[in-house]
Amino acid sequence: MKLTGKTHDIQVLEKSFDVWKVREDFPILSQQVNGKPLTYLDNAATSQKPQAVIDAMTRYYLEENSNIHRGVHFLSDKATQSYEAARVKTQKFLNAARPEEIINVRGTTEGINLVAQTYGRKNIGRGDEIIISAMEHHSNIVPWQMLCEEKGSILRVIPMNERGELLMDKYEKMLNERTKFVSVVHISNVLGTINPVKEMVELAHRRQIPVLLDGAQAVPHMKVDVRELDCDFYAFSAHKMYGPTGVGILYGKHDFLEAMPPYQGGGDMIKSVTFEKTIYGDLPHKFEAGTPNIAGGVGFGATIDYLDRIDFKTAVAHERELLAYATEKLTSIRGLRIIGTAQEKASVLSFELAGIHPHDIGTILDDDGIAIRTGHHCAQPVMKCFGIPATARASFAMYNVKEEIDALVRGIHRVIEVFT
Amino acid sequence: MTALRELYQEVILDHNKNPRNFFKMADPDRKVDGYNPLCGDHYTVFLKFDKDLIKDISFEGAGCAISKASASVMSSVVKGKTIAEAEELFGRFHALVTGEADPLLEIDTLGKLAAFSGVSEFPARVKCASLPWHTLHAALSSKGYRISTE
Repeated sequence: MKLTGKTHDIQVLEKSFDVWKVREDFPILSQQVNGKPLTYLDNAATSQKPQAVIDAMTRYYLEENSNIHRGVHFLSDKATQSYEAARVKTQKFLNAARPEEIINVRGTTEGINLVAQTYGRKNIGRGDEIIISAMEHHSNIVPWQMLCEEKGSILRVIPMNERGELLMDKYEKMLNERTKFVSVVHISNVLGTINPVKEMVELAHRRQIPVLLDGAQAVPHMKVDVRELDCDFYAFSAHKMYGPTGVGILYGKHDFLEAMPPYQGGGDMIKSVTFEKTIYGDLPHKFEAGTPNIAGGVGFGATIDYLDRIDFKTAVAHERELLAYATEKLTSIRGLRIIGTAQEKASVLSFELAGIHPHDIGTILDDDGIAIRTGHHCAQPVMKCFGIPATARASFAMYNVKEEIDALVRGIHRVIEVFT
Repeated sequence: MTALRELYQEVILDHNKNPRNFFKMADPDRKVDGYNPLCGDHYTVFLKFDKDLIKDISFEGAGCAISKASASVMSSVVKGKTIAEAEELFGRFHALVTGEADPLLEIDTLGKLAAFSGVSEFPARVKCASLPWHTLHAALSSKGYRISTE
């Protein structure tokens, strides 16, 4: 990777992707766990952070820390500029039309809850239908269930086939005059399925039904263009795309956001307050009550700068190569079944081993310094769909290498050895 | 590897593979479900009493090797014990897996339960080992017979 500087003021000289160089940007990866080099394959849970992001957040606390949007003093102005610059970077990153369409939240979960509690409570009533899919994370199930419970609305679920692909014909038939909202996951955190969301948005829009996409797993693995997708809302978390925890983004089309009531009330979201009446602030502040995670926001801005400096296209191609390699290697292990074999897949690999519970797999792999996720992955309905209580899941990021997949394969053989 | 071998001792591997008292009891006096919502492990413990004596015990459900072996060993050791004796064993087992008890002192008196001493080295797995016991405890402390928490 060549130093390129900031894309907005310096011409990008050269972009390249060298995975070993990229690994050097992530200090945590060079540590030992249980006397073995760390093999971090739990990226779908959270990714590691590059030095540039850690530095940006440290620098913020060292040099700029102050509250935003309110002080007239030097530091407050500086902090406000850094925080708002990150919003503009996010807007460009997503190709959103306007910066005020970018709402800062704590994460994907809060983004979805915000839409359910504001747009949902205002526009969805008794007997109305909300469509989600069979492969949702709990964060895109529970907020809608809560709304349905309150309003007497009905939650409908798009089924999937045994490969983990949504049944589009069933979805199309589900859309009707009672459908008031569609909320689906872009990439499944368990199955890795990349859903045909553009087509799904189009089908819903034919009936003027708004669509939210849960992009938590998509943003780190593909270029997301919200205007090309034409979705009405898009929610994701910074921490799964090499950014800090506690920072998330809700993108919403301007007209939707404008018409929605505020989410939380408090400071920073108002124009004026009297005991008789409060006038709410303009977008995006209407949805950002209270002092936000300023350092996190600044860190997220640095994350986007970092991703701008590397060749994201090649990084994505590298991840695809890792997935193909791992799929081939794991498939050849006797008694191993891969859960989720969709045609279009991102670098998430769930699997089960005959007769061995995922928790035991996780503990034994950890002894070799290999970090994977085991359990239901906050997607119990997906587990039920496949008739399993839990899976083991290896998920790859752009900094993973084939050698780590070889270590995983050796580790799985060791698991089998312990249990035979 | 040593800590791992301590965790997956022969007794545990054996009870995982061939769990004892692993069936649904037809006419239990009590039946209680135990869940670990974090990982989805789920067991049902069935009990038959003769006054305050645990006359029979069985379990069914699914989970990892540690939780299944724990349920199996638990069912073997509490069968024929009084409720008070079973509760006392729970306390000692809990101290063992959380690392509060000295396994060397306990090894003679805990019998097969001592096989779980390795769990204390794996904090993430303490809940696996104790889930069946918590379920049993809930069953023993519920009032009256033929009560289900379902």
